[in-house]
Order: sequence, then C-alpha cells, then structure tokens
Amino acid sequence: MTCKETESLIDAYVDGELDSARSVAFEMHMNECSSCLTHVSNLQDLSSAIRNGSLRYKAPPQLKRNVQAALRAAHPETRSSILYWRWASVLASAVLLVALTWTVATRQTIRSEESVLVNEIVSSHVRSLMLNHVADVPSSDSHTVKPWFGGKINYSPPTKDLAQQGFPLVGGRLDYLDNRPVAALVYQRRLHFINLFVWPSDSGSMKEEVLTRQGYNLIHWTQSGMTYWLVSDLNLMELSDCARLLKE
Amino acid sequence: MCYLFRGGEGEHLSGQNALTAFNDAVLPHFDAAYNLARWLARNDQDAQDVVQEACLRAFKYWKGDCGSRCRSWLLAIVRNTYYSWIREQSGQPELTEDGKMDDVEDGSPSPERSTLQNADRDLLKAALEDLSAELREAFTLREIEGLSYKEIAEISGVPIGTVMSRISRARKRLQIYLMSMTVA
Repeated sequence: MTCKETESLIDAYVDGELDSARSVAFEMHMNECSSCLTHVSNLQDLSSAIRNGSLRYKAPPQLKRNVQAALRAAHPETRSSILYWRWASVLASAVLLVALTWTVATRQTIRSEESVLVNEIVSSHVRSLMLNHVADVPSSDSHTVKPWFGGKINYSPPTKDLAQQGFPLVGGRLDYLDNRPVAALVYQRRLHFINLFVWPSDSGSMKEEVLTRQGYNLIHWTQSGMTYWLVSDLNLMELSDCARLLKE
Repeated sequence: MCYLFRGGEGEHLSGQNALTAFNDAVLPHFDAAYNLARWLARNDQDAQDVVQEACLRAFKYWKGDCGSRCRSWLLAIVRNTYYSWIREQSGQPELTEDGKMDDVEDGSPSPERSTLQNADRDLLKAALEDLSAELREAFTLREIEGLSYKEIAEISGVPIGTVMSRISRARKRLQIYLMSMTVA
C-alpha cells in the first residue's frame, strides 16, 4: 500500500470500517511509514477527545412529556377522560416521588461501592505493570491459560484469543478484587497492556459502562452471569473494539 | 421513565395500544433523536421543536413495528424534519457542499498532541458547530452516536462513499479549527 492509498482509506481505518485484508495492508504500511502513523494517531486523538468530551446531549425530561401530550392531542382516540387523567397524574406523582427517593438512596450506596471497586481495579492494573508481573501463566494459548485457573478459583473464566484481531493474549493472573480472588486475563495492543478482570455476578445483563480514572480507560459490562472489567491506557476507541470482540 | 410516557390513561382505550407500542419501540432512542436535532439546530429550543415535530411524523408513519432499525428510522425522520424546517424558515434549500472542491489541501494538518489534550468541551463544541450541517450530521452520528457508515448512509440517504468523504472532510476542518484556535 502506498501513502496515497493509505490517505484515501485513513478515515475508514480509524473508524474500523476496513475489511481485515485491507486493514492488515494498512497496518503494514504504517509500520514502515512514520508520517502515516502520525496521521492516524492524530485522528485517533481527535476521536478520543470528542468521545471523552461529554458532547452527547440528553433530551430534557419535559420534552418527553410535551411530545406525549402532543401525540395524544394529535390522535384524539388515545385521549381519555379528564377526570381519569387527573387522578392518574396525582397517583403517578406519588409513585414517582417514592421511586425517586428510593433510587437516589440506593444509587448513592451503589455509586460509592462502585467507585471503591473502580479504584481497586485501576490500582491492580497499575501494580501488574509496575511489578513486571503481568501474568502468572504467560501464554498466548487460551487452552493453556484456561485450565491454569482450575482449582484456583471456583469458576472458569472465558479466555478468548484475539490475536487475529490485533489483541494477542499475553497470559493469565490471579488477582484479588471486590473481596474475592478473581481471574485477570492480559491482552496486548502494540505497547499497551490490557487487563480483563472477570468474576461471576448475580446481577442480570448490564450494558456497557465507560469510565476514565487517572488517565486509564475502563469498560464494564455484565453478560451471561459474569461481570467484566476491561482496563488499559489504550485509547477508548480501540479499547471499545476489544470489548466488542470479547462480547462476541 | 417509560411508565411516565404511557401515562395512566388506561390501556383499554382504542389507539392507546398503538401509542404504547410506539413508545416501547421509539422511546429508547429519544436521547439519540434529541442529540442529533441539537447538533443540527445548534440550540435547545429549535432542537426541541424538531424532535416534537419528528415524533408526530413518526407516529403518523408508524406501522406497528420498526424491527431492529428503529433508531435509524427515527433519526432519519429527525434529520428530514430538520431540513424541511430549515427550508421553511429560509425559503430556500440548505446549501450543499458535496462535490464541491475541498479547500483543504492534500495531506493533513497535524496539530500538536497537546492541542487535543487541552481542547476542552467548549472548544470542541465550537469546532463542531462551525462545520456545515451535512458534515456535522455525518460526524456527530459517527463520533458521538457511534453509528457505522452504513447506518449513517441509511439515515442521511446518501451512498457510503459520501458518508466517508463527509467524515473525512469534517475531521480535516476540525483539526484546522482546533489548531487555529489554540495557536491564536
């Protein structure tokens, strides 16, 4: 691939829209061409700045109410008697008040517990790099890593190898988080290490949550009875790709 | 939040079931709809008007189901509502930039790393608002809404190649804008 071809595909590459063959050719070119590499990392920096910039607007709550009122007004068959509506709104306000109080109270507890856990996770990640002790079982073979956890913890963590997709497995490690021993799987992207902490969870499936702490990006989700925490200094876009691949 | 939407009117009423089904399908994408309208209109009040009008249109077209493409479907309606609203306001169609020669030279500006690291929310917001509507539309759908080129192409009703070129031009302009603002 030449610089000119690279130039025309650069946005598609940054957006993860290239097929794997062209992606590989693109990366091979970048290995040899520092100017294209700089160009890509500039675009990636721009993307992360936008993504981390809290630029998503949330609909104001009264807009939702106005829209519903407009829908009912525009379609009279959905309208009901005024009396019924009044009683219903009094009841709804009461229910809402109780629900809000309860939610705020429980959420605060959950929030503070979670933020302790987030700090623990970031510390664990940093410690694993500082002590040069990323893996207890250094192996890129998921069939070596998975059995290694047997007997050390009472569950079997998924050990997916993502070498083909550019996130080679480095190994596995036993760690201690949330008052229990947990499995840590280590992946690598270029020079960045990625720690994936996995343990069983009794809460239901949860969509992805993205956090940034001390310059580290964290992605958290719960799937099929397991809770996952992905942490790295890798940019959020590539870390999200990693999360997506792990979920597949 | 959903039960608020359904209100307490009683589901036995005719038409109520349709509204409930519509709310179930469309409301999860309400924030996405507002976000797009807000970036297109660049102010809250107009965005609210656009979303309200778009929801009324959407309910009018509602056939009882939008499958897995509710988000794209709703966003396409929001977008079209915005452009027809703009046309009514100004009495003429919004200028389009596609096909116009790009005023950005080949190669890309490379802002210092620190430029981006120091770019705060207000600066990024100003940079995005400075883009033309079609670049802003493609770029915010990609970077803020996280949609694929294919989804954006469906919403905007243009080929994927056009989406790619809009995103590419948006990035170049943003880089130039951010550089000029931080150097100045």
